[in-house]
Amino acid sequence: MSDLTLKEAALKPDLLASGHRLCAGCGETIIARMILKAARGPTIATSATGCLEVSTSIYPYTAWMVPWIHSAFENAAATASGIEAAWRAMRRKQKGPLSRYETLDIIAFAGDGGTYDIGLQALSGALERGHDFTYVLLDNEAYMNTGIQRSGGTPFAAETTTSPSGKAVPGKKEWKKPIDEIVIAHEIPYAASINPAYPMDVLRKSRKALEADGPAFLHALVPCSRGWRFPPEKTIEVSRLAVQTCIFPLYECRFLEGRPHYELSSPSLAIAKKPESKKPVEEYLRIQGRFNHLFRPEMRVDLISSIQEWVDNRWEMLKEKSGV
Amino acid sequence: MTEDKPGWREMPEGAISYKCTLDYETGDWGVEYPEIDYERCSKCMLCHFYCPEGAVRVRSDGYTEIDRRYCKGCGICVEECPVKCMKMVRKV
Ligand code: SF4
Ligand code: SF4
Repeated sequence: MSDLTLKEAALKPDLLASGHRLCAGCGETIIARMILKAARGPTIATSATGCLEVSTSIYPYTAWMVPWIHSAFENAAATASGIEAAWRAMRRKQKGPLSRYETLDIIAFAGDGGTYDIGLQALSGALERGHDFTYVLLDNEAYMNTGIQRSGGTPFAAETTTSPSGKAVPGKKEWKKPIDEIVIAHEIPYAASINPAYPMDVLRKSRKALEADGPAFLHALVPCSRGWRFPPEKTIEVSRLAVQTCIFPLYECRFLEGRPHYELSSPSLAIAKKPESKKPVEEYLRIQGRFNHLFRPEMRVDLISSIQEWVDNRWEMLKEKSGV
Repeated sequence: MTEDKPGWREMPEGAISYKCTLDYETGDWGVEYPEIDYERCSKCMLCHFYCPEGAVRVRSDGYTEIDRRYCKGCGICVEECPVKCMKMVRKV
């Protein structure tokens, strides 16, 4: 793997230009900028409908400094498959604009709506067919662009406009869909979780994903100040707490010799080695307005402890899988 | 009738964007912008990576600088600067 240093990445020009219309403090652009900095050379991007898509392509403007396609909500993975197939055909025939590229970084960006729900079958098909592309799930845990509706990626008890909190219902009633396991079950060469608070980890994993021979999946947690209800300057703090509380651990998974090999990444590995440094999930919930009803008017200890149990259980499973 | 209809060459460009957002300055979104105290800056470049706007550029001397044409004043860079050498100041 060719390593990319922080300094090299910092000096690379942004492939997502300033002047886009995402909200101040948006976690999506922070991580999208980092991922694009890991691109090796010729790059084509595609987006599902979502915050990143609408805000970077308000007609007649585009923020994309690489060729970029948006066609519909559900088909980012299918569009990426088509790009890859076209590139391969041009290579084979030695004809056409893409024929001279030995490598082509094809990146599909989709939100949680475009992945957990609407885009799942397109994603599953593309993974199964084995197209050589990188799929980035920008998980802000609800349909934010249309006004905060719950998705399969919304966590338990979070308030959204379609899972409101009230006397009868404490926010979303279902647990977050385990999308990573669903994706890894497709036996793809590379999958990893990433988070904007850890730039070096994002750069390293993005480069690995792009270099993987076949489909790669990056699951990015991207805090949303509007939808999660926290002040915009706290985006990185919220991201970091997600890792420190182990509600969103950082790891990667390679598929080698017929089985998945999980590996915890350094910020999470450090917690596994020093369990007393694992913070209670309450610290993560408390700073987000979407969980306000767990603390006011009265403390919902029952709900907070069931979230803690869910986190602990999944963290233990991940540690087991990673052999720590 | 048909001969009066425009051919594809005359059709508007439709959904193909032809301008770069660099022409669209978002600097007026915020009421504050950050200032860097270069005496104390450790050149860690974190503010460059954490800025959602790409409004913090790294100069060839390794220091960062804020491009006020695009800064939306979110305050992330100030919050995250490890040596606390940045502060938000009100636009005048
Ligand atoms: S305040 Fe926000 S938008 Fe402005 S430079 Fe800092 S991180 Fe970028
Ligand atoms: S985060 Fe602070 S110390 Fe680091 S480069 Fe920016 S201004 Fe300098």
